[in-house]
Amino acid sequence: MASIEELTRIASQVRRDIIRMVTAAKSGHPGGSMSSADILTALYFNVMRHDPATWTREGKGQDVFILSAGHLAPAYYSLLARTGYFPVQELGTLRKFGSRLQGHPSVETGVPGIFQTSGSLGQGLSVAAGFALGKKMDGDGNTVYVLLGDGECEEGQIWEAAMFCAHHRTDNLIAMVDWNGQQIDGRIDDVAGVGDLKAKWEAFGWDVLVCDGHDFKEILPAFDRAKAMLGKGRPVMILMKTDMGHGVDFMAGTHKWHGKATNEEQCREALAQLEETLGDY
Amino acid sequence: MKEYTNSGNKDTRSGFGAGLLEAGRRDSSIVAMAADLAGSVKMEAFAKEFPDRFFQCGIAEANMIGAAAGLAITGKTVFAGSFAEFVTGRVYDQIRQEVAYGNTNVKICASHAGITLGEDGATHQTMEDIALMRALPGMVVINPCDYNQTRAATIAAAEYAGPVYLRFGRPAVPNFTPEDRKFEIGKAIMMNEGTDVSIFATGHLVWEALQACAILEDRGISAEIIDIATIKPVDAEAILASVAKTGAAVTAEEHNTAGGLGEVICTVLASGRPAPVEIISGGDRFGQSGSPSELMAAYGLDAAHIAEAAIKAISRK
Repeated sequence: MASIEELTRIASQVRRDIIRMVTAAKSGHPGGSMSSADILTALYFNVMRHDPATWTREGKGQDVFILSAGHLAPAYYSLLARTGYFPVQELGTLRKFGSRLQGHPSVETGVPGIFQTSGSLGQGLSVAAGFALGKKMDGDGNTVYVLLGDGECEEGQIWEAAMFCAHHRTDNLIAMVDWNGQQIDGRIDDVAGVGDLKAKWEAFGWDVLVCDGHDFKEILPAFDRAKAMLGKGRPVMILMKTDMGHGVDFMAGTHKWHGKATNEEQCREALAQLEETLGDY
Repeated sequence: MKEYTNSGNKDTRSGFGAGLLEAGRRDSSIVAMAADLAGSVKMEAFAKEFPDRFFQCGIAEANMIGAAAGLAITGKTVFAGSFAEFVTGRVYDQIRQEVAYGNTNVKICASHAGITLGEDGATHQTMEDIALMRALPGMVVINPCDYNQTRAATIAAAEYAGPVYLRFGRPAVPNFTPEDRKFEIGKAIMMNEGTDVSIFATGHLVWEALQACAILEDRGISAEIIDIATIKPVDAEAILASVAKTGAAVTAEEHNTAGGLGEVICTVLASGRPAPVEIISGGDRFGQSGSPSELMAAYGLDAAHIAEAAIKAISRK
């Protein structure tokens, strides 16, 4: 278990990885990767029971994570590398021809730690629901985690899956929304507002928690509470309030960095704001 | 020609239901999912015998495909079924991402395929599903011809590890293939050996092709009838060997011309053994309400049209 101070340091390195990866690739999605970096750092370093050494795609005997918002791949890859699923040097191959690290997560390229391909939005909660049912059938008491984007909640399939989870009582599943309020075309409220997400998920039969998705002093207790709510017949949602582009002043709080890479100069400026704590790849 | 006896009309979807139940009894990892049409798709017997291995998804096909993929990743063999239109066109992206590209052990079970769905009309009659599923890398596409073959194909799909599209229909049609014949994925089935023309048929059109064979025999024409039950991967060797002998081909399917069996056969022949080909298909049209037999006749999907096409193909040699 990492301390809050250690998690903060790790998340700084994850954000450095994200900036360096998309800069080298000259494309990618830094905005949401930065907003979800603290959530994923908490998950991979403290919350989930997982072991890269014995990992298999079937996920037996371990917790499972599904990234529904596949464009957050830079953050996802950084966490997988930083927790030992593959060498950190490989992060430099993001989006390059022949790389295992495709623009969006792929299982075809055989990246250890990835259970399912994602990128076409709205589908990961369904996959996580099926995974959770499979674990129940197998008597595997581990938990399935899934991260959604808030813009992604505009997809109808999310709500199909929300009803399915409540109906089939997937109480071994914790979903999270990276609630940064932005999507590629602008503020969610301006593009196609998703409204009161807390009321919506509650109305769909979920137990819902809300926390600050950048403050480990809130994130860790939220996961503790969510875990304590499992096994009671209802799926659990944690809405994590975040800022797109969090951690770099000129990227924070705007949709403009949703799907745009930093150039070399912007990269230097961003890295100056993010401490190198674990050593760059 | 070889004699085939209809042991009594039966719907191919019931062959699927019987095969699913049998496969489910043999293998406890088999799971079934429905989107509110479990009765129509004939999953009820499985659901009754294995309630813990059956998941009703309601009218939410997109979620069903995603959840099927999730279950499959945990090691289950998942049969997800609905009407053919609603488990292909409606959820093409879900199948592409979660089943095909995700390479999960999901069987897409498509009942009420083609125009013989009948009275519900064009909204429910997919004639494009084979094209859609065939375009997905790694997807096996199976379109069996009768009850017995559908039952056997369902068991074969259960034993095969990987994505499968299994297409079957609503109406009661002749049941004429042997009850005990094992289904081999990727193998064409020789129904009648002939020398003048090769007729490649799939699904409900195989029986019509056999009737066409009798019509042609009366006119002194020897037709070879081959059942292409697996459209992908197709048995190119069998196709080329037959046309090397006959020098002309007819294809017959309950599907749009675009992306269907006709194009598959043309592709095989163009690269291996060019020959005249006549395509019997639904053309480039939507369906409409009517009885299955009325529609088959109106769209030219019957023995008379197949025989006529055979004569034309032979004349073009």
